[in-house]
Amino acid sequence: MSAVAETAASTPRRSVMTFQETLFALQRFWAEQGCVLQQPYDTEMGAGTMSPDTFLRVLGPTPVRIAYAQPSRRPADGRYGDNPNRLYKHTQFQVILKPPPANIQELYLKSLEAIGIVLAEHDIKFEEDNWEWPVGGAWGVGWQVMMDGQEITQFTYFQQCGGMDLDPISGEITYGMERLTQFLQDKESIYDIEWAKEPDTGKITTYGDIRLYEEQQLSAFAFDHADVAKLWLHLENYEAECLGLLEAFKVLSEDADEVTVKRFPVLGAYELALKCSQLFNLLDARGAISVTERVGVMARIRTLIVGVAKIYAEQVERLAALKEKAGA
Amino acid sequence: MLPGAEAELTKRVSDLLTRERLVEEGFSVESYSTPRRLAVWVKGVIAQQADAEEELVGPPVKAAYKDGKPTKAAEAFAEKAGIPVDQLRTITNAKGEYLAATAKRAGKSFSEVVLAELPKEIAAIYWAKNMRWRPFLPERFVRPIKWMLALLDGAVLPVEWAGVTASNVTYGHRVLFGYEPITIAAPAEYADKLYQAKVMVNVEHRRERIRKDLDKATRTVEGARWREDHPLVDKVTHLTEWPSVLLGKFEDEFLPLPEEVLVTVMRDHQNYFALENGEHKLQPYFLAVLNTEPAGEGVEIIRHGNERVLRARFNDARFFYEFDQRVSLLERVELLKNVTFQKELGSYYAKMERTNALVVTLGQFVRERMYASASTRGQGVSLKLDALTAAATLAKADLTTELVKEFTELQGIVGGLYAKAQGIDEAAAIAIYEHYQPAGMEDAIPSTVEGQLLSIADKADTIAGMFGLGMQPTGSKDPFGLRRAANGIVKILAESDLPLTLGEIAGAATNNNEALCESVKSFLSERLEWYLRDVRGGAYDVVKAVMATNPDDVRDAMKRVDAVSAARTGADFAAIAAAFKRMKNLVEQAKAKGEVFSPGSKHEFLTEPVERALAEEAGRRAAWVEGLRKDGDYTLALATIAELRPFVDAFFDKVMVMAPEPQLRAARLGLLLRILLDYSKVADFSEIVIAG
Repeated sequence: MSAVAETAASTPRRSVMTFQETLFALQRFWAEQGCVLQQPYDTEMGAGTMSPDTFLRVLGPTPVRIAYAQPSRRPADGRYGDNPNRLYKHTQFQVILKPPPANIQELYLKSLEAIGIVLAEHDIKFEEDNWEWPVGGAWGVGWQVMMDGQEITQFTYFQQCGGMDLDPISGEITYGMERLTQFLQDKESIYDIEWAKEPDTGKITTYGDIRLYEEQQLSAFAFDHADVAKLWLHLENYEAECLGLLEAFKVLSEDADEVTVKRFPVLGAYELALKCSQLFNLLDARGAISVTERVGVMARIRTLIVGVAKIYAEQVERLAALKEKAGA
Repeated sequence: MLPGAEAELTKRVSDLLTRERLVEEGFSVESYSTPRRLAVWVKGVIAQQADAEEELVGPPVKAAYKDGKPTKAAEAFAEKAGIPVDQLRTITNAKGEYLAATAKRAGKSFSEVVLAELPKEIAAIYWAKNMRWRPFLPERFVRPIKWMLALLDGAVLPVEWAGVTASNVTYGHRVLFGYEPITIAAPAEYADKLYQAKVMVNVEHRRERIRKDLDKATRTVEGARWREDHPLVDKVTHLTEWPSVLLGKFEDEFLPLPEEVLVTVMRDHQNYFALENGEHKLQPYFLAVLNTEPAGEGVEIIRHGNERVLRARFNDARFFYEFDQRVSLLERVELLKNVTFQKELGSYYAKMERTNALVVTLGQFVRERMYASASTRGQGVSLKLDALTAAATLAKADLTTELVKEFTELQGIVGGLYAKAQGIDEAAAIAIYEHYQPAGMEDAIPSTVEGQLLSIADKADTIAGMFGLGMQPTGSKDPFGLRRAANGIVKILAESDLPLTLGEIAGAATNNNEALCESVKSFLSERLEWYLRDVRGGAYDVVKAVMATNPDDVRDAMKRVDAVSAARTGADFAAIAAAFKRMKNLVEQAKAKGEVFSPGSKHEFLTEPVERALAEEAGRRAAWVEGLRKDGDYTLALATIAELRPFVDAFFDKVMVMAPEPQLRAARLGLLLRILLDYSKVADFSEIVIAG
């Protein structure tokens, strides 16, 4: 390593929060802005946007302020724990503000201060970056937020979801927790991130202590062990069940009562769709999907995800109409 | 995005004020933009429109009066014109008698017009992707509008749009100045006050500051200079409000990685400038353009952060590079069977096989001509057929590498680098490296014959394949980039010595399937016409005249366009062109009337000395012109044609072509047709537009 890097490495760093302190600080900050703090959703998924707390709550007119950490799985990014910068599973901290307040960008910058970033000592740029997730019929415009050359946040004004225009729109802020803390703690490897520190002994638990075995094993599962034939079978089963529910909602009698409509398991259908999405990612990582097939399978999953979004919106409308009728 | 919006806002405001007669003669407009603002400053505005008169035409007189009294229609018209009924006039136009009036229009004030019209102009600005942000309201803009400032000299113009009302307040750099409102008393203060608030609103000033700072930071490294990169300077200019430049270093251990990879990571992924020494060799430094002016420890923190990010990215690239070497390019060719090129056209392996056959065919054309007679093109060309087929086989293998999956913009380049590293023939490696060139009309064509042929074959195969599936570009839609591919073929033929014609390429790429070949050929011709006109700047009519001869050879078509463009300024040539148009009209009209005649027939029936002289002179010159044309001496050929002018003039002066006698008429028409056929092989002069 050259002399320059050594000098730079010895630069004193301030306000080194642990991984969990950073998470606490963000949660506290956004709670103070009126956000409900939700727990991570318990079905595996590729990004915080796919949690029903974002994907479904952004639909319809009801205002929402919610924040949560979401473990996000990207099997193809797995590196058996060998690569210092890539993970099978990373943590997104997701904030949804519907409608977005006028000062949302300023709030975001304040949230950086809340995790110990002195803005005057960094170079922060909002670079145009328009996010889209074609499988979810979702897109928005916004920025990737760069700090000293590192992307730390995706900032999006969510415009469409499930193929439907959003009104009001939502502001979506997604922090990449590992990148952010690795950067703030100045660690060459994600696995060296200080996750927690015992106050009495000063003993440090690292990211690697907590997560390395998971990276090693889940990468191996995704790349070497997962049974391709069974993955396809799982995918087909989940898909069939999800399609069955979509169909059942469609044929739900027009004069179904409130209880029937309210208890219709749209969320169950969504979880099935998420399972399919995850199985697709596993098959992809396993190299089992040819480029030709890829487009076709993605279209199948899009049918499920967009289909669920549509019946979710319809369910909300029907319930509102039923309530109105009952009140009248 | 921002430069376009700044230019559009400038144009919209200028057009609005001009249309509304609210600017003085010679008014000027300055414009500004940063990532957070767009602004224009118009100097020379008029506070009040002049009163104007407008001529109005009303209802027909018949409908205006009944029994001598004005009708409702007349009264309504008078009211519209703002004058009493008895002051209405009567005019007569093509349709009859009508009521008319001169209406006086009181001029509106600047602010009245601007308040009403400016919001529409703001709303109409084009954005490639815009957004809605107000709940249940429809306005769209590139990002939410936070504030507006509008001043007429010292007075606020409360322009209102999307729920925002303009004031005299603006805001400075978020971090360096904070959120304190800044009051602007008059337009002239705008740029200065924002400068004090750490915002350089003038784009050119920012660009200049960045260039100077890049120079300054570079001077601290001995013998180094930063690698010029206009698009990157432009990009960072529009990413910053208060730019400064920071020099960073990376470890020497990364220098053995291919320079293309290092530069791509720095430029495309990090917006960094590369440094090189006097011999253009990359140095282990980079320049980052910041949107801040860090104080104290900030400089070190930011430098350290940027160096860390770059190190991580270089580590990744090195990992991919080393990982890729485990499987050779040759072994990777087999893997292309799993990479789909296009559903119906099969895998990249299938494409590789087609391209391979195609380069062999094209290569043989070139070889034959290399040894042909001195007058044939392609004489100086030397071609290594083995290297060419090796390159065609390996060209797409890099699509299976991790490095190309990570840096797709390096496809081809990575293949070329790996080929070289793996000991493949250097001519083949270069051909692979350059075979996506030219990426656009600004880009260079491949530097070697092998690369040129591979690039042509790769593109022609894609075009032929897509045309075969009926996926031609339509209107503005060209999802497979076929126009760009065809433009690339034309550009390579135009700028190289390759002795190939469009027809030969179309034929070989379509396996001589006649109908398909014809449509590919005419697509290539269409791109040639575009190239001659839009890239080489040929006049519309000259290009059309040359294209009317259906040229197959790109370089030859260029020479003809140049010759015709040069010749058209001569008086004789203009007259000849006009005469050709007249001949063409006569011949076509006669044909339409069912006249029977054939080129040069019934010569013996010609009676007048002038027409016999024309026939004789035209015949003699036709042979010369044909000889000159075959030698490619178009300038002399055109001069020879122009010299026919006195004979043509005399003919049209003295002779009536459509003579009453059928034999004579047929002879004259035959003469004209002969001349048209003989003299339209360089260009169809009847297409030339003669001024005046």
